[in-house]
Amino acid sequence: MSIMELLKRLTGNRNTSANSACSRLRMVLAHDRSDLSPAILDQMRLEIMEVVSKYLELDHTGSELSLETEDRSTALVASLPIRRVRKVAR
Amino acid sequence: MAQLPSSDSTAHIDALKSHNCRSIVLCSGKGGVGKTTLTANLGIALAKLGHKTCVVDADYGLRNLDLLLGLESRIVFTAQEVISGSCRLGQALVKHKHEMNLMLMPAGNPRMLDWFNPEHMRNLVTMLAESFDFILIDAPAGVEDGFKNAVAGANEAILVVNPEISSVRDADRVAGLLSSQGTFDLIQLVVNRVRPRMVEKLDMLSIDDVLDILAVPLLGVVQEDEQVIISSNLGEPLALGKQNSPAGVAYGNIARRIQGEDVPIPDINAQPAGFMDRLGDFLSTKII
Ligand SMILES: Nc1ncnc2c1ncn2[C@@H]1O[C@H](COP(=O)(O)OP(=O)(O)OP(=O)(O)O)[C@@H](O)[C@H]1O
Ligand SMILES: [Mg+2]
Repeated sequence: MSIMELLKRLTGNRNTSANSACSRLRMVLAHDRSDLSPAILDQMRLEIMEVVSKYLELDHTGSELSLETEDRSTALVASLPIRRVRKVAR
Repeated sequence: MAQLPSSDSTAHIDALKSHNCRSIVLCSGKGGVGKTTLTANLGIALAKLGHKTCVVDADYGLRNLDLLLGLESRIVFTAQEVISGSCRLGQALVKHKHEMNLMLMPAGNPRMLDWFNPEHMRNLVTMLAESFDFILIDAPAGVEDGFKNAVAGANEAILVVNPEISSVRDADRVAGLLSSQGTFDLIQLVVNRVRPRMVEKLDMLSIDDVLDILAVPLLGVVQEDEQVIISSNLGEPLALGKQNSPAGVAYGNIARRIQGEDVPIPDINAQPAGFMDRLGDFLSTKII
């Protein structure tokens, strides 16, 4: 990174077209590399929520399942906002 | 993910190893990023360094390598006749006008698309390995049969990419296909058509951005240079060194890195002169 790039980044100049190319690429490559369709991803999200809901009360509208990528490895990241913890009968 | 068929025969790899020959395919996925131009220039540059080099036109649909090298009027036989056995290998190879170490294996007519297969390419490479230090294979765009044929004959790859969103995405796909094939000793990246001014304004992906995303080791950087088009018009690749040009220097450096020399990759955004330039220079000082 150059001083100019650092200055631009620090001064909040994040809306450059290069930045948006970068973030769009990271998104699309995570999907390309995993070869998962958005439909399958959504199906997976629903099934994961079903399991987790046995233990926690989730906020269904805010949940998200996404693929994130760094170098050539990809991770599945779930964000499942919790309303409250269920008392689980053992 | 679609897989390339795994290499059925490895006779060509044995031939490459036993003759100390390196076979490098130049590919990109996306079309028009500069594969053929790079193949022609690296062919010249490696030949100038004293290596016996053969450039193979594997773009049977849209052949252009002959034109860029200025050899279009010297073609008599092609890969087609070699494979079908109607001429000897040496009869099809076209010697370059100025660089005696460089030969072109021309593409036959577009009907080759119908019958040419990976085994044919491996046979061609096996024959060439005997007489050359380097084989450079100019792949067609895409990831279909033509691409599969081209990569079948290589044990190294140069991925050519432009700092541009669709090119990077396609390159990633190709990198995935190449590494899943498992027959490549080395896959390296050349970033072509970089525009320093646009990178400085953060309106073009920087080299670091591209490397970060693709995670393929960098072999070289070639900037946007109008001399490239002029030299194509003339059929005299810049690597011949007839005119002084940034891209011509870059091609020479890439060739030296290929032969194992440690040539640093210059920071493309640094060219000092007046005050504003010096300020710009300071601002583009590498800090990370
Ligand atoms: N560094 C450069 N600066 C300016 N123009 C360039 C540069 N590299 C390549 N070009 C131009 O880009 C165009 C495409 O180049 P080229 O034919 O080598 O691409 P290609 O990847 O082989 O294309 P295809 O996929 O169709 O085979 C040509 O007009 C060429 O002159
Ligand atoms: Mg081409």
